[in-house]
Amino acid sequence: MTLYQRRRLINLFSLGLSLAATALALSFLLWILWTLVSNGLPYLELITFTENTPPPGGQGGLANAIVGSLILTAGGILIGAPIGVLAGTYLSEFGRNSKLAALVRFVNDVLLSAPSIVIGVFVYEILVRRVGHFSAYAGAVALALIVIPIVVRTSEDMLRLVSDTMREAAAALGAPQWKIITHIVYRAARPGILTGILLAVARISGETAPLLFTALNNQFWSTRLGQPIANLPVVIFQFAMSPYDDWQHLAWAGALIITFSILILNIVARSFLRTRMSRY
Amino acid sequence: MDTMYRQTTESEQGPAQPAAAVTEMTAPAARAGKVRVKDLDFFYGRFQALHGISLEIPANRVTAFIGPSGCGKSTLLRTFNRIYELYPDQAARGEVWLDGENILERRYNLNRLRAKIGMVFQKPTPFPMSIYDNIAFGVSLYEKLPRRRMDEWVEWALDKAGLWGEVKDKLRQEGTQLSGGQQQRLCIARAVAVKPEVLLLDEPASALDPISTAMIEELIDELKADYTIAIVTHNMQQAARVSDYTAFLYLGKLIEFDTSENIFTKPRETATEEYITGRYG
Repeated sequence: MTLYQRRRLINLFSLGLSLAATALALSFLLWILWTLVSNGLPYLELITFTENTPPPGGQGGLANAIVGSLILTAGGILIGAPIGVLAGTYLSEFGRNSKLAALVRFVNDVLLSAPSIVIGVFVYEILVRRVGHFSAYAGAVALALIVIPIVVRTSEDMLRLVSDTMREAAAALGAPQWKIITHIVYRAARPGILTGILLAVARISGETAPLLFTALNNQFWSTRLGQPIANLPVVIFQFAMSPYDDWQHLAWAGALIITFSILILNIVARSFLRTRMSRY
Repeated sequence: MDTMYRQTTESEQGPAQPAAAVTEMTAPAARAGKVRVKDLDFFYGRFQALHGISLEIPANRVTAFIGPSGCGKSTLLRTFNRIYELYPDQAARGEVWLDGENILERRYNLNRLRAKIGMVFQKPTPFPMSIYDNIAFGVSLYEKLPRRRMDEWVEWALDKAGLWGEVKDKLRQEGTQLSGGQQQRLCIARAVAVKPEVLLLDEPASALDPISTAMIEELIDELKADYTIAIVTHNMQQAARVSDYTAFLYLGKLIEFDTSENIFTKPRETATEEYITGRYG
């Protein structure tokens, strides 16, 4: 066997190996989607969206859980995104190479990989046990703690992508730094920052552990923020574990709704980033 | 931070020693110097990029700065509007006089300085906004104008940069959608709109095609009636074409400063001659 043939053989072998690994990974994703669709689609009906979670054996849907999830997610983003963007702004525009910025980055990375159940227990301790009951507030704060590190990281990365010559050009006109940041840098980085926020939305809309300890659940329709509130992840957790067939069916339907919402959100976020960010 | 650098470098360096020949040839013209540079040193951290530069940039003329890459010509330009101050490890020492005031003094107001001295960069940098707003952004930093007046102002600036005819029907379009040459003229219009007295051009045509380059050069020629222009270029033909005076820098020192005619036909220094005849650089 010549050297060339040997190289070709090794090349073919490694190509085959990596293709097989890719196929394996993708097949699990497709398997998950297929399982969700085949188990959930038959139970996805109009009343799934219009009726509240039923008692065992009753007719019902997931309306309260869907609305609850939307409220919790919106709350988490409203609290977390501004803090995250401002912290990212500090890291990119003011801190840069300072020691404080390096420390903030490190702590942020730790927070980014913190297990969400730890965040749940933490918020339980400070906002549920002290207040005396579960609430939507506590759930939103727990989700915000997951949002912050994601948005800090993506905001800093996106702001840093804006070229220094852009900042110099604005400074050379005599613009003060706050105006350079708000009028020029934010504008250039806006698609990227929004994408980061959308990815954070996708991440928290499936979080279960932090909500188990904070927002808990609610069988009834409730939009009061001071009260426990229904939400899809916890409902899925509860219904899937139950011995009742109709609850299990609703759990499948809920899982299908969440998964496809997140999938769509991811696709939108990524295409948004690709079309808008390439220009600067 | 700054003072720390200054002290350490001072003790390492000893007093700055500009070459005797350089100080003599700093004023090649009888014209009054719009910008007068005296004993200017510049530091990137511990690295000294400029050594005792002294020269006068004549008013309403085009002065070109030439020299091989890394000779400090862009650095010199960047001290004139103190843009280097965006970076905490960069520092200038010496004097740069503009209309009888030393702009390097801490108390000299940066906004005022940058209103008087505009800058155009090597890479076209349109802001992420419409063509109209690209111009209006700079103007609104200094004046609150009613809509009508702003419209006129924007038209005036775009016209000054020779761009009005090409963009007058698409002022609402993003500035980034223009071609490279148009973007650069937009940047010139943006700088001109603030009505500065001095224009700094840092290799304004090096990223452009020959036709756009020719347009920029014609523009420079027209603009010098109203502005004092300092241009950095690594293109010697361009320096010879557009400039009235030329300064040759090498390794952070000013080697020769004279009328462009003299520099390109009978340079006094052998280093200048070798550079312009293409023996290095």
